[in-house]
Amino acid sequence: MNKWSRRAFLTAGVLAGGGLIVGVAIRPGNRTPELAKLMEKSDEVLVNAWVKLSPDNRVTVIVPHVEMGQGAHTAMPMMLAEDMDVDWDTLSIEEAPAHEAYVTSDIARDFALPGKVPGIIDDTIKGAFIKISQFIDLQITGGSYSVRATGVRSMRVAGAAVRQLLIQTAAQTWNVPESQIRTDKSFLFHDRTGRSAPYVDFASQVVEQKASNTPELKPPSEFNIIGNNDIQRLDIPAKVDGSAQFGVDVIVPGMKYATIKAPAVFGSKIKKIDGSAALQKNGVHAVVNLGDAVAVISDGYWQAKKAIALVKIELEETGYEALNTAEMLDKFRADLDLAVLNGDEIEDYVSGDARNALSAASLTIDAEYSVPYLAHATMEPMNCTALIDGDTLRVWTGTQNPLGTRNALAKEFGFEPHKVSVHNQYLGGGFGRRATPDYPIQAVKIAQEMPGVPVKLIWSREEDTQHDHYRQAMVSRFKGGLDVNGAAIAWENQFHEKHEPVEAPDIPYAIPNKLIHYTDSPTHIPFGPWRSVDHSIHAFFTESFIDEMAVAAGDDPYEFRRRLLRDQPRIKKVLETAAKMADWGRDLPAGWGRGIALHSSFGTVVAQVAVVDVSGGDLKVDKVYCAADPGYAVSPDGFTAQMESGIIFGLTAALYGDITIENGAVKQSNFHDYPMVRMNTAPEIEVRIINSGEKLGGGGEPGTPPIAPAVANAVYAATNKRFRQLPIQL
Amino acid sequence: MIEITVNNETVNLDVEPDTPLLWAVREQLNLTGTKFGCGLAQCGACTMHLDGKPIRTCVTPVSVVAGRSVTTIEGVAHPDGELHAVQKAWIEQQVPQCGYCQSGQIMSAVALLANNPAPTDDDIDVAMSGNICRCGMYGRIRKAIKQAASMSSQRSSIQTDDAVQKEQVDRILNSETGPDIPVEVRNEPVSS
Repeated sequence: MNKWSRRAFLTAGVLAGGGLIVGVAIRPGNRTPELAKLMEKSDEVLVNAWVKLSPDNRVTVIVPHVEMGQGAHTAMPMMLAEDMDVDWDTLSIEEAPAHEAYVTSDIARDFALPGKVPGIIDDTIKGAFIKISQFIDLQITGGSYSVRATGVRSMRVAGAAVRQLLIQTAAQTWNVPESQIRTDKSFLFHDRTGRSAPYVDFASQVVEQKASNTPELKPPSEFNIIGNNDIQRLDIPAKVDGSAQFGVDVIVPGMKYATIKAPAVFGSKIKKIDGSAALQKNGVHAVVNLGDAVAVISDGYWQAKKAIALVKIELEETGYEALNTAEMLDKFRADLDLAVLNGDEIEDYVSGDARNALSAASLTIDAEYSVPYLAHATMEPMNCTALIDGDTLRVWTGTQNPLGTRNALAKEFGFEPHKVSVHNQYLGGGFGRRATPDYPIQAVKIAQEMPGVPVKLIWSREEDTQHDHYRQAMVSRFKGGLDVNGAAIAWENQFHEKHEPVEAPDIPYAIPNKLIHYTDSPTHIPFGPWRSVDHSIHAFFTESFIDEMAVAAGDDPYEFRRRLLRDQPRIKKVLETAAKMADWGRDLPAGWGRGIALHSSFGTVVAQVAVVDVSGGDLKVDKVYCAADPGYAVSPDGFTAQMESGIIFGLTAALYGDITIENGAVKQSNFHDYPMVRMNTAPEIEVRIINSGEKLGGGGEPGTPPIAPAVANAVYAATNKRFRQLPIQL
Repeated sequence: MIEITVNNETVNLDVEPDTPLLWAVREQLNLTGTKFGCGLAQCGACTMHLDGKPIRTCVTPVSVVAGRSVTTIEGVAHPDGELHAVQKAWIEQQVPQCGYCQSGQIMSAVALLANNPAPTDDDIDVAMSGNICRCGMYGRIRKAIKQAASMSSQRSSIQTDDAVQKEQVDRILNSETGPDIPVEVRNEPVSS
């Protein structure tokens, strides 16, 4: 072990055959209570990444994030390869194992260091792996976190550290100053003496080296890999020839298939079942009562699906059987009223005195907005394969939360954590849905029925739509005040059911008196994070209402915003860029409209202009212009793709997304009644990236929030009709 | 036993005749490149070619394909391993994100180009709107199809009719295993 600072340490070891493995652990300040208990000191947290150098001088990057299309399996190694000066063409990746390898230090060592571990680093490696596993348990793939946190804190530092150690080693061996050694494409060079060597030649000596306190990171002007648009995603070739393996594709010898049916009303318990008719069907092995769902195990999915329709289920009442969307919205409104009446609202963001300013304003407007529940509708329905063998449990699935899933399973079923392994696969869409381990828990419950036999649970699309964890429905109320000059002086906003991120309801505008507050209004509908979480909801509300204030002020919606961003140069520039891209202000044909919206999330500022055509009586989104400042786009094409993806995802919500509750249950069941944007309804999208040099932001989520208000504002521009409810239905 | 040809190999499937082709191919032949998305011919993830025509295999019983020829995503590349022009264009345009829908997208695009070497935007809309991409990569798919059209030199002439598929959708919607609510099936020709 080479201690290089109190905030970071490096571990290195020799691989069988003379390769090298290096891990970097860093402890930036992070004071969340969950992480605090893992830290050696109260202000420390551990992040880790690993790089392996094999005897043939090829580099493997071990990425502690899952791949669900967001490109983490490419952006992470790009960041490491940049600072290590790796030959990109010889690089490959492995996803950090969430199974036993990272759970116990011994197996972790086997994973990372096949063969013998030098005694001198044994304890260090053990300790480091335990901490990595604990950290990843809490740090799932989500929150657009991979590049901006792991990439910055771990991958780049790991790469730089390895390079520095190699230079030190080569300098000693060649007896030349370190400053005369350069690196390029996994080779070291000393030009004056004409010497060169592949990195791996010095691997075994690196473990004896002491690293300096902080490895030097390359300035952006020296980047070859970061920001390089010619670098293609590493996971794409397997995704065009059918060889990419998703959770549902896992084949375990001797495997049986299961499907499931949960009672329609959330929270229902099963009193009893009669599975006799199902059991008589060919190939059916078992009908399982899970208490809150029924499963059928058979030789194939189709047999299970046919048989489960024959199971008679008797349910206990929940009390929600008469509940419909309309009553739920009324309850939200009543709880908002009650909170004001009782004066027990929870203050969220406050500046000045909004209520006084509203009374003094020369013009006030108010409005109530709402959004419905939304399902994730990942293309790959939930699925998980489980095998119980004595005191060990193995599961194969796609999850955003591999170690969290392992721990949840160990706890739920009483396994020793190190006897549970999660074999993570490509995710056929995540969007937050695959952060919840409900489907692995179900799979294990079902597999308990046939110990020693692997059972693959596959949900039907209907089950997936009706038993999701949903984006919350919400009602949000606004009051705005303008002075005699039409300047915005007051902003009051009240909503309910706050989740994360905390800043989602806040606005960037210089309105001197601001009161944002919320209350609770619980329901029986399970909540789950949905791409950008609270941001997609609040951006629709706040960016629509600021548009209403602009209209009330008799101002142009773009200029009105722009003036209120006088103290926010970074955000203002993004807004101006989007407006310029869209030729803001230029005439459009009759029945067309342009709408602008702006929202920052996960460290990235995004402004979008939607151009809509309602001349035919239907709403058609013709084009979307998107300007985004992520600080610096590590993978410009990958970031662009994330913006495109986020826009279409948010557009589906804006135009169609509507999960309604009827008699306590979700009414929609499949894509015919929960429609998606398709090829014929997808607008053209133009993305411009602004590399401001600010701290890196995320890519997976920030594209989603601005599109719904941009479209709603465009519809207003075209029709003079304000849509305060999603989906927008003309 | 039902005998069919899959990717130019004759195979015997030991399944109940009403088993959708999708599940027979995935579970009996272990060809898992074709995906399950909806079970209702609504999303296109399960698209294979039957005698060259794209079909939604989640609603196509193996009984109706007996003795016929099926192509899956695993059989799209040339026998020598060279990728099909559509697959190459998919890489060039960096189309896939999560990738789950892409086998179906590619099968629809291959069928479109086999039939129509220079599709217009409207042709692409018609041929591809039965395939959902939840990651929203429609713009890239459109560009890739146009690129493949310009790359592709060999094309076969393929007759299309969607009668088989429509019949099977109707059948499954009326069966005991269909959804228990009324369903309107999108009227999407699988090929123009």
